[in-house]
Amino acid sequence: MTMNWQWEVFLQDPGGKYPTYWQWMLSAWGWTVSVSALSLFLALAIGSLIGILRTLPDNPWAVRFGNAWVELFRNIPLLVQIFLWYHVIPAMIPSMKAVPGFILVVLALGFFTSARIAEQVRAGIQALPRGQRYAGMALGFTTPQYYRYVILPMAYRIIIPPLTSEAMNIFKNSSVAFAVSIAELTMFAMQAQEETSRGIEIYLAVTALYAVSAFAINRIMAFIEKRSRVPGFIVAGGVGGGH
Amino acid sequence: MNLNLDLSFYSWDLISKFVLKGFYFSVILTVTATLGGIFFGTILALMRLSGRKILEIPAMIYVNGMRSVPLVMVILWFFLLVPFLIGRSIGAEWSATITFIAFEAAYFSEIMRAGIQSIPRGQVFAGQALGMTYGQNMKLVVLPQAFRNMLPVLLTQTIILFQDTSLVYAIGAYDMLKGFETAGKNYGRPIESYLLAAIVYFIICFALSSVVKRLHKKIAIIR
Repeated sequence: MTMNWQWEVFLQDPGGKYPTYWQWMLSAWGWTVSVSALSLFLALAIGSLIGILRTLPDNPWAVRFGNAWVELFRNIPLLVQIFLWYHVIPAMIPSMKAVPGFILVVLALGFFTSARIAEQVRAGIQALPRGQRYAGMALGFTTPQYYRYVILPMAYRIIIPPLTSEAMNIFKNSSVAFAVSIAELTMFAMQAQEETSRGIEIYLAVTALYAVSAFAINRIMAFIEKRSRVPGFIVAGGVGGGH
Repeated sequence: MNLNLDLSFYSWDLISKFVLKGFYFSVILTVTATLGGIFFGTILALMRLSGRKILEIPAMIYVNGMRSVPLVMVILWFFLLVPFLIGRSIGAEWSATITFIAFEAAYFSEIMRAGIQSIPRGQVFAGQALGMTYGQNMKLVVLPQAFRNMLPVLLTQTIILFQDTSLVYAIGAYDMLKGFETAGKNYGRPIESYLLAAIVYFIICFALSSVVKRLHKKIAIIR
């Protein structure tokens, strides 16, 4: 099969905001990176909080709330959650109408991923020997203190490998934002494919950008893991999964 | 809160006219992709564990390639490439089915690989000592045990797969979400429709994951 490439398609003028397709694509990549990065921060914050709630001793309601949170956000497809944030919530809460779509997608992706991160934080905390908690208590630490100084520093180190795959997942999942017309990479791919009918070149470039981004995250997390390693403490990885 | 939902919109008429057709497609797609994915995933896993570079490397490239690209992009790729390769259009539903089998094969192969590697080496040696060929050893000794170990993970992946079928939205295939969306548009009640979609997905996935959890406990006790 012969294939005549037309990579010069990226130099054409899409006749809109951007002078060429490749500049449009870079801007779309920027949107993908922004959506992913903001969602990741949100997911880490909420996921940590919920994950910690689920391990609090003598606090059954906190545990129940945490479990309900995880079940709620894990059992509804991401695309449906994005539609809920984008169509349903602004209709029900009028003050949400002023919020731009970009923020709504960040909220959707962040909350969706928070459930998965909460699961990993919980697993990480529970993977630690019980003695660590008791040692903190015996030293007279309050609950926030022994979480802060004893449990969490080790728990986060344990869950770096699953957090890495979650960070890569968030990048891939940000592609679902195309459904509410966020100008990210997948949206670009669909529109540019339609306009130029050079789908293969466009898709190849977009796919390469996704792959490069995933690889970059993988390397950054490997670097963090290496720098934060505690000598003599062998971490056991491999909690969680999915995509 | 400004709640003026019209719940009279929820009726059997809505379900039977719009949603059921999509629901059937979502279920068929999930089942086909699970079975196909497990079949090809097992082949990929065996290739990666074969110890022969010529089989290992292509399988590794395929699996890692699929896993580093968003599912939506894979759906778009197949929708573009399949008609190009076979010379005629096959429709969004068939294209989605092929895509999901190819995509899930990569994920299932990783689960399989972990499952196969969880079998103690002694089992393989015992099979060899009994004079079994590689194929017999895999079929009669390793795979039956591996399948059992990874059953909960396989089923969890199937639930994720069921949720992911909603992404066929990208190529306009008629799945359950599309059914709800169409109903919402036709009745002019998109908000109630999306809400109901979320509730239905939640009930299905929550029920299935509870079953998987129970199964997991049962298997864990026997072992």
